[in-house]
Amino acid sequence: MAVVHDPLKAPKGCIEVKNTTCYMCACRCGIRVTLRDGEVRYIEGNPDHPLNNGVICAKGASGIMKQYSPARLTKPLRRKEGADRGDAEFEVISWSETFEIMEERLKHIRATDPKKFALFTGRDQMQALTGMFAKQFGTPNYAAHGGFCSVNMAAGMIYTIGGSFWEFGGPDLERAKLFIMIGTAEDHHSNPLKIELAKFKRQGGRFITINPIRTGYSAIADEWVPIKPGTDGALILALIHELIKTGLYDRDFLVQYTNAAELVSTDQASDDEGLFVRTDIPRDPDCFDPQDKVWWDIKNDKAVAAREENADPYLLGEFTMADGRLVKPAFQLLKERVESYSPDWAAEVTGISVETIKRLAYEMGITARDEKIELPIAWTDVWGKDHDTVTGNPVAFHAMRGLAAHSNGFHSIRALSILMTVLGTIDRPGGFRHKAPFPRPIPPCAKPPKSEDDVKVNTPLNGMPLGWPASPEDLFVDDNGEPIRIDKAFSWEYPLAAHGLMHNVITNAWRQDPYPIDTLLIFMANMAWNSSMNTSEVRKMLNDKDEQGNYKIPFIIVCDAFQSEMVAYADLVLPDTTYLERHDVMSMLDRPISEFEGPVDSVRIPVMPPKGECKPFQEVLIELASRLKLPAFTNDDGSRKFNDYPDFIVNYETEPGSGIGFLAGWRGADGEEFMKGEPNPNQWEMYEKNNCVYQYEMPKSFQYMRNWNRGYLNWAQEHRLLRYAEPINIHLYSEVLQKFKLAAQGKTEGRQPPEKLRKRIEQYFDPLPFYYEPLETQLTDKQEFPLNAVTQRPMAMYHSWDSQNAWLRQIHTYNYLYVNPKTAQAKGVEDEGWMWVESMHGKVRCLCRYSEAVEPGTVWTWNAIGKSKGAWRLSGDANESEKGFLLNHLIAEQLPNHELGENISNSDPVTGQAGWYDVRVKIYPADPEEEKSSWPQFKPMPALPGTGNIKKCIGYFAGLFTKDSPEKSDKGAGE
Amino acid sequence: MTQLALVIDLNVCVGCHACVTSCKEWNTSGSAGYLTDENPYEKDPTGTFFNRVQSFEIGEYPKTETVHFPKSCLHCEDPPCVPVCPTGASYKRLEDGIVLVDFDKCIGCRYCSWACPYGAREIDEQQKVMKKCTLCVDRLYDESLPESERKPACVLACPTSARLFGDVHDPESVVSVAIREEGGYALMPEWGTKPANHYLPRRKIRKPIHEDELQRADNPLNKEQRKPRAPVDEPTLDDSTSW
Repeated sequence: MAVVHDPLKAPKGCIEVKNTTCYMCACRCGIRVTLRDGEVRYIEGNPDHPLNNGVICAKGASGIMKQYSPARLTKPLRRKEGADRGDAEFEVISWSETFEIMEERLKHIRATDPKKFALFTGRDQMQALTGMFAKQFGTPNYAAHGGFCSVNMAAGMIYTIGGSFWEFGGPDLERAKLFIMIGTAEDHHSNPLKIELAKFKRQGGRFITINPIRTGYSAIADEWVPIKPGTDGALILALIHELIKTGLYDRDFLVQYTNAAELVSTDQASDDEGLFVRTDIPRDPDCFDPQDKVWWDIKNDKAVAAREENADPYLLGEFTMADGRLVKPAFQLLKERVESYSPDWAAEVTGISVETIKRLAYEMGITARDEKIELPIAWTDVWGKDHDTVTGNPVAFHAMRGLAAHSNGFHSIRALSILMTVLGTIDRPGGFRHKAPFPRPIPPCAKPPKSEDDVKVNTPLNGMPLGWPASPEDLFVDDNGEPIRIDKAFSWEYPLAAHGLMHNVITNAWRQDPYPIDTLLIFMANMAWNSSMNTSEVRKMLNDKDEQGNYKIPFIIVCDAFQSEMVAYADLVLPDTTYLERHDVMSMLDRPISEFEGPVDSVRIPVMPPKGECKPFQEVLIELASRLKLPAFTNDDGSRKFNDYPDFIVNYETEPGSGIGFLAGWRGADGEEFMKGEPNPNQWEMYEKNNCVYQYEMPKSFQYMRNWNRGYLNWAQEHRLLRYAEPINIHLYSEVLQKFKLAAQGKTEGRQPPEKLRKRIEQYFDPLPFYYEPLETQLTDKQEFPLNAVTQRPMAMYHSWDSQNAWLRQIHTYNYLYVNPKTAQAKGVEDEGWMWVESMHGKVRCLCRYSEAVEPGTVWTWNAIGKSKGAWRLSGDANESEKGFLLNHLIAEQLPNHELGENISNSDPVTGQAGWYDVRVKIYPADPEEEKSSWPQFKPMPALPGTGNIKKCIGYFAGLFTKDSPEKSDKGAGE
Repeated sequence: MTQLALVIDLNVCVGCHACVTSCKEWNTSGSAGYLTDENPYEKDPTGTFFNRVQSFEIGEYPKTETVHFPKSCLHCEDPPCVPVCPTGASYKRLEDGIVLVDFDKCIGCRYCSWACPYGAREIDEQQKVMKKCTLCVDRLYDESLPESERKPACVLACPTSARLFGDVHDPESVVSVAIREEGGYALMPEWGTKPANHYLPRRKIRKPIHEDELQRADNPLNKEQRKPRAPVDEPTLDDSTSW
């Protein structure tokens, strides 16, 4: 191998430099890829990209080892006749045969019962296309991974403030003075948050982290406040209690921009209990949240129309309407709600001292009140009032999975949204800011289908597969109120399941509950390993047969770039490309990469040809949709509408002539329009010339207060980001939730829950946030299982997919269970010793590592480091499988048998968010005689045909790597 | 005389390892390459890295600090690795102070790694030569790169800009200013190696609360005191006076 020893001399070779977008995680940084003689020489952050400004993360900089991984699948595969699922015995087939198999099967399903086709995807960043495929096919059984990730965060915040953290908005650290991060959140908006966090600290901002564990970003916090997992809601409610008690709330903000002052009927006997009092002002039928509420005016001491000129309402008190109805402002109800959530009460629940809770509240409240920002930006509100400045209260928050992945997460996150609102920080400088296309109406307009009639053979689904119910009438249930989706999303069990419940698909399909399906297509989700709860049992379900010897889930198609654990369970394997070999879009129809200042979307453009016969999943969908003649993909004469994915992206419009497509930039025939405009045949080229990104910066006067900013709302309506240009007032008090509660109480004429679920709906659809112990904890013997067990996400391996990477696995080769020394010693567990960790669902043998950076009631490990033997083309004795482990074996996808039976998901009862972090465990040492390896272990997965050989040693040198020692990519060791 | 160096700000380093793998990918295909990886897909993978991050804890719960500590060659001004080299392969560049290994002369005897008190050197078991951080010397003078990118890969990659780069002999450089103003320190100065690289310590921001901040005349709760409305039908002076 040629090696250059002159320290300044660049190695020879033909250099090419191309821009595209990273896909090593969901951050979507702009990258510049240098090739030397056709091999990847260097992947760096693109300095001209607005998202990452030239920086890159550990994973992004290891893309080379993804590209050349021997675990890559390179040919379509079919399970060998007679082999069991999980055995991973496959034969190579051609793409044409692969498509014929899929076409025949799916055509039949579509013509007979479209529900029997289920499409579920991982963190794929192409939900606009996959969702559209499902809708066009006519199946409601579609979702991406949000249900088992952070739907509580999306739903809790969107149902409150019309936006949320992550793609939808975030903390404005450029101007914040105090930043509070609650729970693990390193995994969402990783590089941008790191960039901002460093700037924030350098300009003297104070950073407080509230987390059971001090790792990740918490390491550099000015203060670490350890908290017991799952009790965040209790802390936040106590903070609200203290802020109201001391008057540290932003009264003006609450009055004008939220429903805090709006009067709620409190007559318990009445059918409108808990609904807002409304005036008889005629409603605009096209309005999503009519401005017909009522205030109690201080000056005139009487009810007036809300936001009437010169009116100043009470936020607290109880009043009697002219018709005798007792009413209270929503804020009074909030005050009453948090009355019992005192710091003393919360100290017991959270493990945080009373003094600390009070001090946190004061720090937040005083900083918000006394360090106000006034930006000299004139704007006009939606009611027509001119403002000379934009005001900011510089207290910013961030949270993600740590709050979300609990079965009480929805209400904790509602509470957080309300805390942020009470401090007056929504879409203001130094607080929380939206990113286009947010804010949305509360709730957003997209609705799921409503009944069985919406699913018809050979017909697109009537409604979106995923949506935002505003009342029980928007649920997707049959005449008996029973679920229609295989994952039971939008049923009375999980009414606001805005992202579906992917974690229950396999279990439900296996149990044929509510019905059997035929074909399950999984894209980029490792459901036979780290993406499933109850992994060991789910693997059995995937391979389970009925009495006739037929699989309970008849046909499984898996599309993946690598030989993951899930691939072993496929009947048909579709080899995906890497991100460097494909076209892709980060679309405004999905989750774009917008900045606070305006909409941004971006693309991937291949920097090298696909390896072997790899085909991007997008192309698979376009091909299948064309073969199945799905309407949006077919011309009137029956011919296919789009040649391929790039053609589809340029020419597809949401409706004929709508001018709205997947990409917002350079629309119109000559590329001079944006957001809306006719297809531009040169759109890809224009993105390519512009760093693969389109950024629109709105006028400064449109960049804040967007829920109520007339200029912004009109602009958004004009550019079709929004249907309505109406105020999006914050739902401090959620009438949406109250409507479900009234239905459960039998007080409505519309849909009501089945009897057995009435109590559950009545309890959890509370219009104000409340604290309850996570559902699984309530059903656990806490004496026997005294500890909480959670995972954190290692920054070098976020997200977890393809973490077999040769460089990254040298950073995290296996994982320990981290235990506070006092907790471990009390159980006789030694540092570096083998131990058992056991929940009521299962047990795992693993290695212990003492840590002073974890509160004593919690044990934790890194997510998804452990692997099944042989998967990902790692050798059978690789540390990942010998010493690494998955916590998933301890976590059930269903709650233990209780009054609602044994098939209720281990999920938030409002949203269906998987309760990953609710599991309770006990620990004890492993017997010295036991094997020194992790448990459970599984049958090793053989190398699949088409994968590469593993070498004892590699010395990667771009331009010479595959030439020096040609990879036998056509011959896996399995052949 | 120029002495290039890194200053690493532990106050913002989150331990993300971006510097570790960016270094690896640049250098494995650069003039110091390749950087071997042994057992890349098997038990106990191990490879040559010029830069590693060590994470450790200080203190007892709950007063615990978690520290991420990136480590690479410190480019000492008086590097003990240089005089021990029997072949002259280890050398310090006069023009910029970077300590390098000439692989053509290196015989892999490891004397330098024994002499280095910081454990910064890495033997490449395949090539049998000693390797180490070059400060990406093959980027620094490459005129095909824009000037803003003539920096080590780790510096460009770092998402928290925790890695500052410059001439520690120039009092106005970003690194000298940081060392002077932010409490920059060298590792193990008692060894007399005069490391060029420095570290910036953790700095805490606190917010004292003053009692008067909780007792304000403009407390919005004051607005909520609803005065009882005086009843119209009870006696008033109107009922009894006759002036």
